[in-house]
Amino acid sequence: MSAAPDLLVLTALLLPAGAFLLLAVVTPLRRSGRLGALVSVAAMLASFAAAVMAWRAFGAAEEPITRLWTWLPQQQSALASVGVLADEQSTVMLLLVTLVALLVQVYSLGYLADEPAPALGRYYMYQSLFAFSMMGLVLAPNFLQLFVCWELVGVCSYLLIGFWYRKASAARAAVKAFWTTKLGDVGLLIGIVLLWRLTGTFDFAELKTLATAGTIPVAGLGVITFCVYLGAAGKSAQFPLHIWLPDAMEGPTPVSALIHAATMVTAGVYLLTRTAFLFALTPDVLHIVAWVGAFTALMAAVLACVQSDIKRVLAYSTVSQLGYMMTAIGAGFASAGFLHLLTHGIFKALLFLGAGAVIHAVGTNDITRMGGLAKRMPQTAIVFIIGTLSLAGIPLFAGFASKEEVLGAVWAGGLTVPFFMLLTGAFLTAFYMLRVVILAFYGSDRPPAPVEHDAHGHGPAHDAPAVMTLPLWVLALAAMAIGIYFTLHHVEPEFVSPAWLTPVAVSVATAGILLAWLTYQRRTINEEQLASMFGPIRRAALAGFWVDDAFLFVYRLGVLAFSKVIGWTDRYLVDGVVNAVSAWTVMAGGGLRRVQTGRVQDYVVGVAVGVILLLWWLGGAQ
Amino acid sequence: MGLQAYLILSAVIFSIGLFGVMTRRNTVGILLGIELMLNAVNINLVAFARFNADVAGMVLTVFAICITVAEVSLGLALVILLFRTRRTALADHIDWLKG
Repeated sequence: MSAAPDLLVLTALLLPAGAFLLLAVVTPLRRSGRLGALVSVAAMLASFAAAVMAWRAFGAAEEPITRLWTWLPQQQSALASVGVLADEQSTVMLLLVTLVALLVQVYSLGYLADEPAPALGRYYMYQSLFAFSMMGLVLAPNFLQLFVCWELVGVCSYLLIGFWYRKASAARAAVKAFWTTKLGDVGLLIGIVLLWRLTGTFDFAELKTLATAGTIPVAGLGVITFCVYLGAAGKSAQFPLHIWLPDAMEGPTPVSALIHAATMVTAGVYLLTRTAFLFALTPDVLHIVAWVGAFTALMAAVLACVQSDIKRVLAYSTVSQLGYMMTAIGAGFASAGFLHLLTHGIFKALLFLGAGAVIHAVGTNDITRMGGLAKRMPQTAIVFIIGTLSLAGIPLFAGFASKEEVLGAVWAGGLTVPFFMLLTGAFLTAFYMLRVVILAFYGSDRPPAPVEHDAHGHGPAHDAPAVMTLPLWVLALAAMAIGIYFTLHHVEPEFVSPAWLTPVAVSVATAGILLAWLTYQRRTINEEQLASMFGPIRRAALAGFWVDDAFLFVYRLGVLAFSKVIGWTDRYLVDGVVNAVSAWTVMAGGGLRRVQTGRVQDYVVGVAVGVILLLWWLGGAQ
Repeated sequence: MGLQAYLILSAVIFSIGLFGVMTRRNTVGILLGIELMLNAVNINLVAFARFNADVAGMVLTVFAICITVAEVSLGLALVILLFRTRRTALADHIDWLKG
């Protein structure tokens, strides 16, 4: 533990980069599939070990350690540098990223075992690149490196969503994810440049010094923080830019677990946590963050209730939980949001990997076609239920402490309406997760999963191989350990949450569980009646609240109409000028052509007139 | 008579020649105009030679006359060739220079 944390995090960062380069350059290794995969997994394992050591070596009280290299030199100092910034947040986040990335890569060995070797090599190449980019983002000491890595993880997300690129829907989803996040990234880039103009630096540490000294002019800062928030909203799937995340489920399930649940989508939350000192100066923007976050949390929770695709339920659930984190940050308590980010990363990865095991076994995503899987896949059922209870916020499970922290933060921030939105969301979260659990793992009264959909053709559904169940158990134990740790050893928050909060939060979650149990297990509440009670909302939710349609409408009306105007301008104004010039040239040429008669005498006249003019001019000069 | 009178005569003959070259339709007429212009120059040369008592002008004139003879014979030969190929001796029918 004597090694310096900055060297350790640097090692953790560079190992996957090496694996990526190896896989990208050495073609035979990539095409060999499993061997390349093992290289990537080995690099990730070493990286995880380095991250653990860095985390252990880094006491919470220590000052941040930076190690920088000049990237764009300037006269006096570096305009931009690259390097690592190791502090409490980044090392913890690094631990999460390396842990989930490692487990996902191990899990993928089983999940993608049937892929052809070159495709497997390509998958692990992307995975290594993603791990490197994500760590680069987490450890970024300045806005510039953060933005570069931000785009890199976006590219990896695009590549991995479209991993099965021959499937048209996957290719479309990849492009949609790329463009939608890009919409926010434009805001982020503008924000970074504006911030540089205002303060003259990209560096987080310098910015923090300036912010605490109060030397950053507050006028104009609101626009900057809002632009930065736009980037975060795109990446973290905040309303209305959340539409890409459910579609991103077209990618392989381990990818969804890593990128679209645990790490990349939380980059936005992480960014806001990193720059909380800037946002603290602009309370108006924080209000927007909180309200949008709360709305996203509630809306996505409603949407999750009507999905029948297990991965889409989890995707909407991720959107919803990201909304929770954002609301906590908006309330001014970034640490609460960050804590929820960490626990959510663990248990949502667990849920996704569990769902992957289910999909792997039964060959369908549709929960209405599953049922009674608990008997056939007992291990998967247990870990999935642990994940569900964590997400629902039941005591002793990972999500309990962090979700209560978020709720307490929002209440302490004085945001009463968002608080109740989040509370309703918590109720719905418990409901929809139990709905999935009961429909998929219990409810043996429905027909079992059709045999012809068995993905591997080796008999009925059963637990996944050890290479897949091991990561599940690791994550489940991590979720339990975190939950028990935080339940017994209550963290001292920066705010005072009311005494009634814990009972209320727990009872709300329990009520959600109870409702789902009564509806789907005991069937004392008729499913149809329950649905018809919320008729209009249900129909709206089935249509995704028409957000996609709104985008399409805006696209048709706005972008296409604008393009038409631009097209007309180009065709008739720009081209018109060019055409007019060329027409004049042709006309002038036609006129001048007549001078060239070809008759000698006409030329003689010309020469004579020229000589006379010359003489007259010379004579006049005297 | 002074030098001026010769120069005026020369200028008048030159102008008549130029006018002929510019206006005559017949190529033979154009050749005649050229002859007039050349001889106007010769008058100039001889006049200056005499009034400056310089033999060089006279010598130049003899050369010019020789060259003029050659030029006329060449010009007439061209006219005959033109007439054979184009069946015309009118200058404005010949527009081969036109691209």
